[in-house]
Amino acid sequence: MSAVSSPYVLSHVDVLESEAVHVFREVAGEFERPVMLFSGGKDSIVMLHLALKAFAPAAVPFALLHVDTGHNFPEVLAYRDRVVAEHGLRLHVASVQEFIDDGRLRERGDGTRNPLQTVPLLEAIGRHRFDGVFGGGRREEEKARAKERVFSLRDEFGGWDPRRQRPELWQLYNGRHAPGEHVRVFPLSNFTELDVWQYIAREKIELPSIYFAHEREVFAREGMWLAPGGWGGPREGERVERRLVRYRTVGDMSCTGAVDSDAVTIEAVIAEITASRLTERGATRADDKLSEAAMEDRKREGYF
Amino acid sequence: MTTTDMVGLAAASLLRFATSGSVDDVKSTLVGRPLHDSNSVLADQLDAVELASRHRGSAAPDLALLTDGLRAEREQGITIDVAHRYFATPRRRFILADTPGHVQYTRNMVTGASTAGLAVVLVDARNGVVEQTRRHAAVAALLRVPHVVLAVNKMDLVGYAESVFAAIAGEFTAYASRLGIGEVTAIPVSALAGDNVVVPSAHMDWYGGPTVLEHLESVPVGTDPTTSAARFPVQYVIRPQTPGHRDYRGYAGQIACGVFRVGDRVAVLPSGRTSTITAIDALGTSVDLAWAPQSVTLRLADDLDISRGDLITPTTSAPPTTRDIEATVCHLADRPLRTGDRVLLKHTTRTVKAIVKDLPSRLSLDDLTHTPHPTHLTANDIGRITLRTSEPLALDPYTNSRHTGSFLLIDPTDGTTLTAGMAGVAFTGRGTDPVPGDVQ
Repeated sequence: MSAVSSPYVLSHVDVLESEAVHVFREVAGEFERPVMLFSGGKDSIVMLHLALKAFAPAAVPFALLHVDTGHNFPEVLAYRDRVVAEHGLRLHVASVQEFIDDGRLRERGDGTRNPLQTVPLLEAIGRHRFDGVFGGGRREEEKARAKERVFSLRDEFGGWDPRRQRPELWQLYNGRHAPGEHVRVFPLSNFTELDVWQYIAREKIELPSIYFAHEREVFAREGMWLAPGGWGGPREGERVERRLVRYRTVGDMSCTGAVDSDAVTIEAVIAEITASRLTERGATRADDKLSEAAMEDRKREGYF
Repeated sequence: MTTTDMVGLAAASLLRFATSGSVDDVKSTLVGRPLHDSNSVLADQLDAVELASRHRGSAAPDLALLTDGLRAEREQGITIDVAHRYFATPRRRFILADTPGHVQYTRNMVTGASTAGLAVVLVDARNGVVEQTRRHAAVAALLRVPHVVLAVNKMDLVGYAESVFAAIAGEFTAYASRLGIGEVTAIPVSALAGDNVVVPSAHMDWYGGPTVLEHLESVPVGTDPTTSAARFPVQYVIRPQTPGHRDYRGYAGQIACGVFRVGDRVAVLPSGRTSTITAIDALGTSVDLAWAPQSVTLRLADDLDISRGDLITPTTSAPPTTRDIEATVCHLADRPLRTGDRVLLKHTTRTVKAIVKDLPSRLSLDDLTHTPHPTHLTANDIGRITLRTSEPLALDPYTNSRHTGSFLLIDPTDGTTLTAGMAGVAFTGRGTDPVPGDVQ
């Protein structure tokens, strides 16, 4: 064993990038009908960037699937449509609103639509017969996700059974599945929130504006700053105020909180995350606080 | 190099390491303390752990709940599956595969060790080297983990005695050397009191070595790629066929080992046809050389018939191809593996049919004894195996390459991952393989 000698050195971001590209190419090489989940959030934006690099100068050999909760941030939808047009991508949209309108889903009492995404997602996977579904989940995000494989087999109901996961060794990913089953694939498994931001900085990737500090109307609920909107906020007793905030994570407006921030550049965002004493999800996701195993339970039902 | 163009912390290197723990709180304390002291356990996670611990009736926060993320694990207070944890210091970033340490979870230890650059083996200073210690060391040796750390824990309970530490370190190092583990770093610690985990101990001035975290920060990561033969499994053929790239034909993949340069004469296996590398595209930039583990796209001078599963390698160091494989395996699945089983074998990017020809022996990791000709291997068994494949494979000995010497056996009917395989001899320690007996 000899020490690494110059110039054969790779930074940890280089290593993570090479690994993620390897995962994209494995799926493209072995699956019939892969698709990439795309929410317009930073993780899916990084995934798209990696996919573009993995197959360049050819086009990305799969489509995007966006599960639209109906409560998305307008800035994020505009970003989504812009990148889809710019790279000539195909986009499928699975709409929670449509499912509510035609009676297949019912609005929850608490107004959050995040858990409702699972039904339209699984319907779209079944209808299009997608067999490999890329998601932007990171193991660092959450304790149930820390147990997730890079290739995660889902049964015909889209369910995840943590006790029946395939062991995953070396870089040998097993993508075999029976008809009706599919595999969720997480190329960013080994990235942390900080890695994602450092990669965004290095690659100069454009993000939706809500990731940077801006003044917007928010109101406080359970320790988070939520955006007012048709989804059910503010309620009685909740007061809207203008604050300087930014988002660390982007999801459904009903459960995604903003944080106080004056970070207007990527460098300032990185400095802020480095100093933060809260995790990304702990700071900004109401749905993870529902119970100790909220994420595990949602994943068992087919959530990504 | 353009690929090492970085921003701030991105320049830091990455160390993957594995710990094998037991059901007591030692592992979670040892794992939890570096996480905690490197600011990687954040306030909301700690709140959640404290709340959950209170619900269970414990007075103190149970740090095991940080890594035991599944409902069943938290209910039973045991670790069932590998958890990946991430933390960083200003010097390095870490990915920790935290694996259960019991014999029924050998497959999970093997999983964690398969990608680890370093393994931490924990010993209780009061008990010394026990069966579980030997099993952890054997898994690290079998999987060729480059660095092994022996953490002799609970030094506070043996009066911080140097003689206790020296006896355990000596016994372990002798055993490890017989397994072919070149170098062991032994560190006396008290995870509970914090001695030598993150900060140097005030109780053991006889110890002059690094703390666990200092060692993790400074151990060399990776190997010098120029010391191994270059291997490039073709993953995907890129042919844009667009007006700007009408003639582009690139072979995409991740370099498994070694270095490739523009101008290298290469062979494509298993066909054996040869050509010359005309270009290397490294994710958007054109480069003259690239090395493991970079994902790149190679272009060749000649239009050869090359597809996913082929191996590109310099003509000067091509591995032999074979349909008869001898390997050491760890059986992973609940259904047993028997002679005559028809399976799929996945090696790099190539999947072929294979038949289990023979099971010469089953290996006990506790004392490294062999049971000849077992009728079958069950989950968590380690054994020797011979296979015959439907097509030739360019397989290196696992001792030469963890990437091109490893494979999976897969059930062709339902896709279950059955077995993890390592080609060639199991251990490279003193004497011959197998390594008999125990070291006392």
